[in-house]
Amino acid sequence: MSTYSLSDGLASGPPRVARAPLLASWVRESGVGILASVAWIAFGLSCLWWEDVGDWSRTHSLGIAALVIAAIALFGTVGADYLGSAGRGLRQRAPWLVALGAFLTLWEVATAKFAWLPLPFFPPPQSIIEVYTDDLPKLLDSVFASVKLQLGGYLIGATVGFLTGVSIGWSRAVGYWVHPVLRFIGPLPATAWLPIAFFTFPSSWSASTFLIALATGFPVTVLTWSGVASVSNAYYDVARTLGAKPSFLVLKVAIPAALPHVFVGLFMGLGSSFAVLVVAEMIGVKAGLGWYLQWAQGWAAYANMYAALIVTSLLCSGAITLLFSIRDRLLVWQKGTVKW
Amino acid sequence: MVAATALAEIDAHPAAGAALDIEQVSHAFDIDSAELPVLSDVSISVEPGEFVALLGPSGCGKSTLLRLVAGLDKPRSGTLREDEARITRPHPSRVVVFQDPTLFPWRTVWDNVALGLEAQGVLKSQRHCVDAALDLVGLSDFRTAYPHQLSGGMAQRVALARALVNDPKILILDEPLGKLDSLTRISMQAELVSLWQRKGFTTLLVTHDAEEALVLANRVIVFSDRPARVKADIRVDRPYPRHRGDPYLADLRRQILGLLGLDATW
Ligand SMILES: Nc1ncnc2c1ncn2[C@@H]1O[C@H](COP(=O)(O)OP(=O)(O)OP(=O)(O)O)[C@@H](O)[C@H]1O
Ligand SMILES: [Mg+2]
Repeated sequence: MSTYSLSDGLASGPPRVARAPLLASWVRESGVGILASVAWIAFGLSCLWWEDVGDWSRTHSLGIAALVIAAIALFGTVGADYLGSAGRGLRQRAPWLVALGAFLTLWEVATAKFAWLPLPFFPPPQSIIEVYTDDLPKLLDSVFASVKLQLGGYLIGATVGFLTGVSIGWSRAVGYWVHPVLRFIGPLPATAWLPIAFFTFPSSWSASTFLIALATGFPVTVLTWSGVASVSNAYYDVARTLGAKPSFLVLKVAIPAALPHVFVGLFMGLGSSFAVLVVAEMIGVKAGLGWYLQWAQGWAAYANMYAALIVTSLLCSGAITLLFSIRDRLLVWQKGTVKW
Repeated sequence: MVAATALAEIDAHPAAGAALDIEQVSHAFDIDSAELPVLSDVSISVEPGEFVALLGPSGCGKSTLLRLVAGLDKPRSGTLREDEARITRPHPSRVVVFQDPTLFPWRTVWDNVALGLEAQGVLKSQRHCVDAALDLVGLSDFRTAYPHQLSGGMAQRVALARALVNDPKILILDEPLGKLDSLTRISMQAELVSLWQRKGFTTLLVTHDAEEALVLANRVIVFSDRPARVKADIRVDRPYPRHRGDPYLADLRRQILGLLGLDATW
């Protein structure tokens, strides 16, 4: 209440008092945006001003692009009030734009212009852009191969892990037989199977799928199991007195109650399966981002390596974001879930 | 002499309530290899449509007895029968409202109330019963809320609606009104009585509150300390709606509190 009356008083006060805060708030809201624009102008000029020490074809276009981004940042943040949610988003991210512009300027100057950093190992931004424009088909092929392998292995591993976990948690007999196997095999890093897998499986693709599924399946199994096992008996009592059959108890009580645990397992499985994916592609599969990284390193094509690394990171992060959004949708009933 | 209105209602639905026979039931739990006797030779015979309140000291074994009646546990000795049929497992004709509401946190209020109908595979044809039950407990506006968004008393009312929607023959209530504020409690007591009169189900109600027992029940059974034995079986022959100030009930209340170990100054 008191804050309302305070702002009411401010609005109806003398105009001279009201105008100064208005200017101040305009500077506060747009100042960072102007700074971001300055940082990107600096980056653009640093590209265009000096001669490159090496032979890169995209320097000029990169410089122009940086200036365009600077212009967008400037008009976007100054005119944010007329741009709706896009303007608000831009203002919110302005500090990051400043940091990014400054970092890129420094990078450009330290590599392409004065070679303060040893050159083949630290490629300038324009050479990474060059990879994305000139080596795009190969990179896309690799992305496609990786996504296919990862998706297949992960889905198989998650499904098998989930079903195994539910069965162990539910049935004593299944638990008796599967639990010791799980204890023996589960903690072994999936990569330890690499040599065996690659000569026992008919193809390197099926071997890698198996390994990714294994890396995913173990955490999913264990957490699903512990989730099902920790469901309070009170829930089963309620359902049974209301006439629930065993299938109802599994599908409508045990599984939904265990779902938060299952998602922890899915996250852990996703993390460890990424590791297996990259290693498997480096060693056995002749396709995918892991293979691309390996190939780039072999040819000392460091720009390609960084380019592939950035793509890999975006893909992994994207996968985790996707899983988070699925979880948030399925577990709306939980309070206080983590924002990714 | 049961109240005339109640009698009429029960006669109008002769099949609505089931008889319950508890015959020489004893039960015990094993705690650290020692045996903890909880029920000792309890025999109670409940007529169809009776409203029986169970009173007893905390921890004496009331909830345990209710679990046996529900068929969730088997007694160490003795038998329980519903209409002559031996109780060996849970059945939706005997519905329990537990001491904790135990709503399913992943289901909305509406879906929680629909649980029994869904489990029995009749939800499609009886969706209106869910709405009616929610109306009855005054929570229609919360049908899409999740349990963590409810207060303790509201959760308890949802649990009550979840039981009532199944049209039970024996309604088993374990302190269902314990968490309600005194006003809601009094109005829920009235609702419970009118519901019981309308539907005619047999009711077993555990409560700590002698007054509540006397306002609601035909019959009040007082248990001893653990292991629980039947200490007294008191008929309450007063018409409904009953009044808390009724001197006859006040007298019974004094008598019951005496049995529970409180002296006559109460
Ligand atoms: N599953 C169990 N395992 C072991 N002991 C139990 C179990 N359930 C109940 N008991 C014991 O049985 C006794 C009776 O418990 P019960 O829950 O029936 O009491 P109650 O009469 O309902 O008490 P209150 O009025 O406080 O709810 C208690 O001493 C308790 O410790
Ligand atoms: Mg109890």
